[in-house]
Amino acid sequence: MPVVHMASIVPISKSVGANRIIPTVAIPYPLGNPNLPPEEEAAVRRKLVEKALGALQTDVAEQTVF
Amino acid sequence: MAFRIIHYINQFFGGIGGEELADHQPETREGAVGPGLALNRAFNGEAEIVATIICGDNYCVGHQEEAAKLIASTVKRYNAEALIAGPAFNAGRYGLACGLAASVAASQGLPSLTAMYPENPGVEIYKAGAYILPTGDSARGMGKAVADMSVFLLKLLSGRKIGAPETEGYIERGVRVNAFYEEVGAERAVRMLLKKIKGEEFRTEYKMPVFDRVRPRPGLKDLARATIALVTSGGIVPKGNPDHIAASSARNYGAYNIDGLADLTAETHQTAHGGYDQTYANEDPDRVLPVDALRKMEKEGRIGKLFSTFYSTVGNGTAVASAKKWGGEIGAKLKNEGVQAVILTST
Repeated sequence: MPVVHMASIVPISKSVGANRIIPTVAIPYPLGNPNLPPEEEAAVRRKLVEKALGALQTDVAEQTVF
Repeated sequence: MAFRIIHYINQFFGGIGGEELADHQPETREGAVGPGLALNRAFNGEAEIVATIICGDNYCVGHQEEAAKLIASTVKRYNAEALIAGPAFNAGRYGLACGLAASVAASQGLPSLTAMYPENPGVEIYKAGAYILPTGDSARGMGKAVADMSVFLLKLLSGRKIGAPETEGYIERGVRVNAFYEEVGAERAVRMLLKKIKGEEFRTEYKMPVFDRVRPRPGLKDLARATIALVTSGGIVPKGNPDHIAASSARNYGAYNIDGLADLTAETHQTAHGGYDQTYANEDPDRVLPVDALRKMEKEGRIGKLFSTFYSTVGNGTAVASAKKWGGEIGAKLKNEGVQAVILTST
């Protein structure tokens, strides 16, 4: 069961041992951006989730930041 | 002449503001501010804080290169002879910032020091590059932290040799030091082995590092048929927080059904997480837990299914032992339910 960690602070994600890491937008809104109009914000989220799905389909041998 | 010290603190201890000002850009003030006043008194004239860098925690964590440059240039500008950061207690981002500040100064060849709770994530990342003293988990431990930090910094400044962590009181850095003994290694090893066999206490001379790692699982083969689960440490819960998950140092996690839900809204869900500005997560919880995006992808056939339940806790000051236990439980439940992959989100 592969796991992808979508995290705002990549060094913490690495130190706790996540194997697939997606850097996200910011601590209070990792998967959004309140400064953008709703459609653009939805696109940002979609893109990050797509990236996460890509990571879940990728074989990795060690901790990898996508 | 008193030693010239730079002190690094965050927006909260700098008196600028709380979480809403965590993006505050770094500024430098002459003299001591906040906890620096108590440190100055504890230095008792032997050292003096000549300037204080105050920086928002989000800014420092999000702009590490800029922050490091500013810390390095401030140290130079004030001809500082040492840097002290924090104490950060169990504030994760503040711990990272203090670790960064102390290790930047150390890499400039300056005595430097910070202090925080041993489980602060800043410890694991910066302990090799900086001296870190252990503190309590909250500002209630300020008095002891200030006393310990001032004594240790003056010792660093005196140029005296710093001994082993257990005698000096700093957090073990994973640094090996050569030393001479009367007894040769073989004799010491046999003595240690005999103690071990007898069940007596013994101390290794060469600690093995402990890495908490899992082997990466193979990638998904068939996304369009896969059931994918959402898990978060960002504290997203149904409105009203029915399981009373605490805003910090959580004691539990929750399992919440999202069958038929296309979107998380301010009416249906909220965050229980303290320590970050909740405004944006409460406005639209999908900003932390992307149910809307995954539901759409499920409709489009991009993924097989979004699992009916998401698991959530608050990762703010939560004990590592609890997180490990819950992670194991959640993983086992998801596996039993036939989930094929997990998206874990963190704030």
